[in-house]
Amino acid sequence: MSVNQSGWRPEMGDASQAAQTTFTGNRALMLEEALIFEIGSNETTGVDIDEAPKVASRLGSHARKGAIGLPGLSEPEAVRHYTRLSRQNYAIDLGLFPLGSCTMKHNPRLNERMARLPGFADLHPLGPVDTVQGALEVIHQLAHWLVTLTNMDSVAMSPKAGAHGELCGILAIKAALEKRGEGHRKVILVPESAHGTNPATAAFAGFTVKDIPATADGRVDTQALKDRLGPDVAGVMITNPNTCGLFERDLKEISDAVHAAGGYVYCDGANFNAIVGRVRPGDLGVDAMHINLHKTFSTPHGGGGPGSGPVVFSKALTPFAPLPFVEQQDGKFVLVEEETAGEHHADSFGRMVAFHGQMGMFTRALSYILSHGADGLKQVSEDAVLNANYILRSLDDTLDAPFGRSGPCMHEALFSDSNLAEGFSTLDVAKGLIDEGYHPMTVYFPLVVHGAMLVEPTETESKAALDQFIGALKSVGERAKAGDPALKSAPHFAPRRRLDETLAARKPVLAWKESVAPVAEAAE
Amino acid sequence: MSRFFTQEHEWIEVDGEVATVGITEYAAGQLGDIVFVDVPADGRELTKGDDAAVVESVKAASDVYTPASGVVIEGNAALTDNPALVNEDPEGGGWFFKLTLRDDSELGELMDEEKYAAYVARL
Repeated sequence: MSVNQSGWRPEMGDASQAAQTTFTGNRALMLEEALIFEIGSNETTGVDIDEAPKVASRLGSHARKGAIGLPGLSEPEAVRHYTRLSRQNYAIDLGLFPLGSCTMKHNPRLNERMARLPGFADLHPLGPVDTVQGALEVIHQLAHWLVTLTNMDSVAMSPKAGAHGELCGILAIKAALEKRGEGHRKVILVPESAHGTNPATAAFAGFTVKDIPATADGRVDTQALKDRLGPDVAGVMITNPNTCGLFERDLKEISDAVHAAGGYVYCDGANFNAIVGRVRPGDLGVDAMHINLHKTFSTPHGGGGPGSGPVVFSKALTPFAPLPFVEQQDGKFVLVEEETAGEHHADSFGRMVAFHGQMGMFTRALSYILSHGADGLKQVSEDAVLNANYILRSLDDTLDAPFGRSGPCMHEALFSDSNLAEGFSTLDVAKGLIDEGYHPMTVYFPLVVHGAMLVEPTETESKAALDQFIGALKSVGERAKAGDPALKSAPHFAPRRRLDETLAARKPVLAWKESVAPVAEAAE
Repeated sequence: MSRFFTQEHEWIEVDGEVATVGITEYAAGQLGDIVFVDVPADGRELTKGDDAAVVESVKAASDVYTPASGVVIEGNAALTDNPALVNEDPEGGGWFFKLTLRDDSELGELMDEEKYAAYVARL
């Protein structure tokens, strides 16, 4: 017999004896990371730079006297710091990301490969047009797809994201009204269930916002909207599908009424993912709509980088669209700018950005569109709607679904906090979901529903992934209905316990100072 | 002195020509922890229904409408440093602004305490 000299003897031990804290504050591989200012030291540095040569300073009294106070870290320390922080992040590549109204879909790696092709990625925006024909063709082809999918007349590609697109659309409406000599139309009607950016955009462009109420089934009150129309109304801003996850069935009727009263219809296209290939906004009388390339055509939340919000225009608004745009002339692609717009675009309201828009996002969106094809895009919206309805119907016996009887939902399922135990709210459910390993859904929006929980699963998720999420939300929901006190202090397993949001808002610590002690976590 | 209420949950207390405006206990409770209040500047002319002040809780920012027309004579400076006063004493020390009334008759359109209590009970 040979003797086990290594001493290896598997044992389970008594788990109940485990220490609740560790020396380092780390929990196994979940590392407790200090701020970079707290780990750095002015004594160390990652790079050696030669002493600067003495030169006569011309800064006078502006010359810095003390040290700048940047933390000094070696390269491995800096790399580890940011890598550790990134591990505390939640991302679409880690799991289901149910943020309502954000369309957090998978970002196909093919897009990234296309966007990184040096012929696209390394271009300079001031490169001579002859040398960037391929890039201009991408913009032109993508523009064609967007105009076709929406049945609109033209598209401005340059707006940088959704709210920027809204501003673009509203400025075009303003220019059109002024051209008609009706600049006195100062009122924009916005339904209660609108995205918060809609009234902000209208106000920013100099309009007065008037709210239009919603009906009990979660849609715009068409009669109330019609009653408010008049010679002072510039237009309406309406989101379709709306933020209650419902299709605005009366949009055509609303558009006709608005047009008859001399106004224009702006449609917030943030939720376009639910209807691509099924509904063309141009058929519903829409005059302008932004398309979030970074939602509908992947790269959710801009992939942490820029978004992109092209705006499609009806025939009525096309002359007022901003510059520049790409045109094909004699087989070549050209950029139509102020100098070259000439008479056929003399009414343009100007330009929104210095260059031509987000080239990287154009490449990704076109890659997504071409790899899916027309039939694929249609299936995307069908699957997105199917997934949302699966969530709605699987949970409507646990959570209150205020518009559960308003017909099928579109891209997102909406719940309220109305049947939770006394003292329990949506926030507790959201924090409980963090313990279950999910990024919470959108909470307390839309405002028309008390304690709203807005879940948008997107087409990305498999049935197994949806079932696991439904199970988790059901479990947390049941705990909130039963009044489980442990839920009030959730999350218990996150890097931080529940934070005091009120204190953070009332006494925010916005800049690190050596003397400031870390803010205490809320009492358990 | 008499106190009136709006459907948007503002209260207005009238003392001769001067009136004090705030938000009701019900409104403060609905908003939750209030973290910021912006009151109108002295001398601002307000027409009934105008956005007069802004109140911000952790989750939402809301406009406060003036229940009556007039000229602002004082905003409650205490709210700048201590917005929590609106939660602690909404219908007293947590008042928002005072104004000189332009037209007493506007008050007739408002609810008295009893009517407001009944209105809130139905919500």
